[in-house]
Amino acid sequence: MIKETDVVIIGGGPAGLSAALALGQTDLKVLLLERDPFLGGQLVKQTHMFFGSREEYAGVRGFEIGNLLSESVKKFNNMEISLNTTACGYYNEEDMLLAVHNDEELIRIKFKKVIVATGASERALLFENNDLPGIYGAGAVQTLMNLYGVLPGKEVVMVGSGNIGLIISYQLVQAGAKVKAIVEAAPKVGGYFVHAAKVSRLGIPIYTKTTVKTAFGKDELEGVELISLDKDWNEIQGTERRIDCDTLCLAVGLSPLTELLWQFGCKMRYIPELGGHIPIRDGNLMTTNKDVYIAGDVASIEEATSAMLEGTIAAVSASESLNCASAELLELRDKAFKKLFDLRNGPTGEKILSGIKKLEEE
Amino acid sequence: MYEEKGYLELEELKERIPSKERLKKGPVAIIECIQEIPCNPCQSACNRGAIKEFKKIVDLPLIDFEKCNGCGVCIAQCPGLAIFVVWEDYSDNNALVKIPYEFIPLPEVGKEYDVLNRKGEIVGTGEVIKIQSLKTNSKTKIIWIKVPKELCMEVRNIRVVDEE
Repeated sequence: MIKETDVVIIGGGPAGLSAALALGQTDLKVLLLERDPFLGGQLVKQTHMFFGSREEYAGVRGFEIGNLLSESVKKFNNMEISLNTTACGYYNEEDMLLAVHNDEELIRIKFKKVIVATGASERALLFENNDLPGIYGAGAVQTLMNLYGVLPGKEVVMVGSGNIGLIISYQLVQAGAKVKAIVEAAPKVGGYFVHAAKVSRLGIPIYTKTTVKTAFGKDELEGVELISLDKDWNEIQGTERRIDCDTLCLAVGLSPLTELLWQFGCKMRYIPELGGHIPIRDGNLMTTNKDVYIAGDVASIEEATSAMLEGTIAAVSASESLNCASAELLELRDKAFKKLFDLRNGPTGEKILSGIKKLEEE
Repeated sequence: MYEEKGYLELEELKERIPSKERLKKGPVAIIECIQEIPCNPCQSACNRGAIKEFKKIVDLPLIDFEKCNGCGVCIAQCPGLAIFVVWEDYSDNNALVKIPYEFIPLPEVGKEYDVLNRKGEIVGTGEVIKIQSLKTNSKTKIIWIKVPKELCMEVRNIRVVDEE
């Protein structure tokens, strides 16, 4: 099947949905592709109240934000939403995007502009026996627990004290598991203090300067050996200690899902502060391929509020390039720029800003 | 310190805690938020305007303790669950602490439970006086716990289910 559209949005998470919200206000024909059978991306399993600005849904639980955005997007007449659809390749010669619907039907898409909002994938961690059953990525634990109502284990050790590790530890306790420790290789807790305080008062210890050395277990995970790290991140021999657990949850960071961007021929750069290989983009989130815009974690690993704002910016900019951006939309983009600036204007935004500065120096 | 361990010592909270005189006057909110993160729902949570207006979204929340009457409407508006209300002179020997709570089963009103400090250590017991469930709270409950007076700056959690 061949589909023709003005703008394709790849990904129905916070960035893609916000892009759809803006594009829904234009006369452009829009196609929104989502790999899952539902919209919302990672929002669908976020049961905690969001931070950020009151105007940007702060105080609302993540999955409710996903519902609000999805419902609004579904109302637009110029929008086709294709669920269970994975965008899997771009062919330069044909100028066609390929997607697979329901694991069987190949769709070829002709488009004028594309907004890539594919998000990120989880990183793994290298240690002995890291393939034992019972060792999960944090995203999988959250999906099992909050989306499908399945508790992955009873006694959990969490690796990583970023916001994801802290939030999922808290949610594991809400779901009835015991979190025995949160392990952090860095000398400081990575996530927001308030999240750390929430798990601390539950009695969960956070071990900084510590990592997992080995996992034990015959057929499945039975325990892990932790080891302390010195200031140069070297293991300190003699500090090994064992914790029994049936689940090890890895929340050790995310990498942008950039495969399609490489295929689109976008120039990429390696900027660790932004999450690894990321596309070079201008202020309007246009990549070096003028038909390709980006928003959300694929642009830089940040969080949902900034992803939503970037979705707006990318969508309005794409509309503008097709001469279809109304004054209202341009104003919406100006506001999004301002809000994004404000969000990053504190100590927790320093890393992103330093990454963006590196990008601009190029 | 909190950056290494994840919790605050009372010492680190000094500037967030109202004066002794103010604590004597009645219930008052304490916001244990000491890191400049982009988050502002609390500033519009108070009907009395006791949470000072932010200039930037990353500003730290500051309470005007004279305006605050400790009603606790802000408690569950904080996504970080970092707001508590302390009523030091609730009775002759006891103080009242209001905490946000997001676990099931809920405690029972009138029953005595172990109460925990910021690092999750049991520091004593407290009686649950009331469980508040406000519409604006998105399912976060507010638990009123009667605790020994000397624990009112320590108690920040309650243990409902005993561990085996």
